[in-house]
Amino acid sequence: MKSKQLELMVGLFVVLGFAALAYLAIQVSGLSGASSKDVYQIQARFDDIGGLTQRAKVSIAGVTVGEVDSIVLDKELYMALVTFNIYADVQNIPIDSSLAILTNGLLGEKYVGVSIGAEEEYLIQGGELYDTQSALVLENLISQFLFESTQGD
Amino acid sequence: MSNNFVDIQNMSFYRGDRAIYKDISLQIPKGKITAVMGPSGTGKTTLLRLIGGQLMPDEGKIFLDQQNVPDLSRTQLYEARKKIGMLFQSGALFTDISVFDNVAFPLREHTNFSESIIRDIVIMKLQSVGLRGAAKLMPTELSGGMARRAALARAIALDPQLVMFDEPFAGQDPISMGVVMALILRLNQSVGMTSVLVSHDVDESLSIADYAYILSGGGVVAQGTPDEIRHSSDERVKQFLGGLPDGPVPFHFEASDYKLDMDMGGQGK
Amino acid sequence: MKSIQSTGLSAINSIAAFGRAGLFLIQVVLHRPKSFSGAMSLLIKQIYSVGVLSLVIIIVSGLFIGMVLGLQGYTILAKFGSEQAVGQLLALTLLRELGPVVTALLFAGRACSALTAEIGLMKATEQLSSLEMMGVDPYRRIIAPRFIAGLICLPILCIIFSAVGILGGEFVAVSWLQIHGGSFWSLMQQSVYFSTDVVNGVIKAFCFAIATTWIAVFQGYECEPTSEGIGKATTRTVVLGSLSILALDFILTAAMIGDF
Repeated sequence: MKSKQLELMVGLFVVLGFAALAYLAIQVSGLSGASSKDVYQIQARFDDIGGLTQRAKVSIAGVTVGEVDSIVLDKELYMALVTFNIYADVQNIPIDSSLAILTNGLLGEKYVGVSIGAEEEYLIQGGELYDTQSALVLENLISQFLFESTQGD
Repeated sequence: MSNNFVDIQNMSFYRGDRAIYKDISLQIPKGKITAVMGPSGTGKTTLLRLIGGQLMPDEGKIFLDQQNVPDLSRTQLYEARKKIGMLFQSGALFTDISVFDNVAFPLREHTNFSESIIRDIVIMKLQSVGLRGAAKLMPTELSGGMARRAALARAIALDPQLVMFDEPFAGQDPISMGVVMALILRLNQSVGMTSVLVSHDVDESLSIADYAYILSGGGVVAQGTPDEIRHSSDERVKQFLGGLPDGPVPFHFEASDYKLDMDMGGQGK
Repeated sequence: MKSIQSTGLSAINSIAAFGRAGLFLIQVVLHRPKSFSGAMSLLIKQIYSVGVLSLVIIIVSGLFIGMVLGLQGYTILAKFGSEQAVGQLLALTLLRELGPVVTALLFAGRACSALTAEIGLMKATEQLSSLEMMGVDPYRRIIAPRFIAGLICLPILCIIFSAVGILGGEFVAVSWLQIHGGSFWSLMQQSVYFSTDVVNGVIKAFCFAIATTWIAVFQGYECEPTSEGIGKATTRTVVLGSLSILALDFILTAAMIGDF
């Protein structure tokens, strides 16, 4: 009767709320993707990570194969030690592959691109990649350009 | 002593600096209809609220069925209130539920009766006020008189020992007034319900009351049976009963000298 | 001299009112419901009138605000050649600030003013008095269900507002302004963290809910039982509620952004 209708509307209201929450979780903050997959961890050291952040994508040939888990300072080598979560179904990254920090568009986010090496041995949990290329820092580029252009005179 | 359901002893109540009641004593005898009358503004509704514990007196005692109301704790007070039914001037039905649910409300709140028993009681109460056919209506669909009768059914739902009526005759047409008077009498005669009615309708109140008080200026100016009141020689009682426009309760609100006021106005204010 | 006196007096009155409001809140929170199913049915009725009936204004407002954000954001970002970041802008603005604050302001204006008017009218028609005289605690029956309904409904409405806003912004950005859908979503997903942005937004909404609903029921309970008194109380609810939302927003944002 009247109260049944009321309860129905209130129930729908709450369901709508949860649906919106799920929408925000999945579509807007990309929550579900990584957390459900199995991952293994590898590490790499960079001279300069530029604006690389946690959860930045790691991609091979433009396809996302993992993300950045954590970034800490290696206090002995004064380099950035980055830990990556690589999806478990991507088992075949050669141990001599190189990592580069790239930018997606001008104001876009930083991501890590993997250039596949030639070795037949593949990375496993806890492995490290040594061939790394730091991010392009704009100020360095400009000063380099200015330096070279004055050199040329 | 124990013949009085309500016993007010030397009670004083102030609002700010104004004394609404000063050292007043009055008794409501059991099983009788008592009328409390007086000019408007004497605080008659306040008296009902003091008896019901909604307001605290500044001095004195108010005994409700042998218990001193100001001394009661919150839980005890709520228990004591189950013995009282109150009919407000406007009826004060809950506007969001039907008449039936309004009358059933105190039953559902305070008893563990099953729905079928509650239904029977509600139907009986509505029948006694003549509104059994209006059970399904909402309060906004009722006329003023019907709303008041429905509120009365709600007030007696738990068969209280004391029923208080706040201005039951105010603004009613003669037929509705007759209905209310008949109901008050019938309730009193059938179950011996102690009734207090607060009113300024002299003729109606005196015609059904067993005992009456006239209040003015924070105290009792007259008390007695209706006959005694009608034959009182007190000036204030005579003014009140006779409806005389001027007397101890003055016609003019306090003001300065009339001639002076007019002269001042004339001299270009 | 007299104006100082009256300022002091009104300050003391305000503090006293605040104290009464605090005691009022404690009483509302500490009551014990008589029966669970009875309390639930009262609560459901209130959630309907407070939440469900506010849905229309929240959804329509959310849609338009999202669309405007998308449009304005695009216009500004295009100057830097960074139109693709509009999704990021949209999501973060809505989730962190506009969602909780605008929803709460709309809530204060619509639902809270209705609560105050309702309770005030009950006071004026002596329904509250008759409840007391019948030995029923008006806190339990009237005040508490409305208070709890407010606490439940505002966070839900805030989430719905943000979600609808993002949908509206997406419509403007992707379908109309031709921003690439993939980058719109991926940039957004990169920069929005559920555990901080979404959750913080909901926490804010919850805090706003406590403040505005408390103000609403208190004003209704304390108002003068005349038509003028109810009008004044309703206005006070909206004004005080809105101001406290904005003030709380600043405090919460400062607390959430980090350690200073």
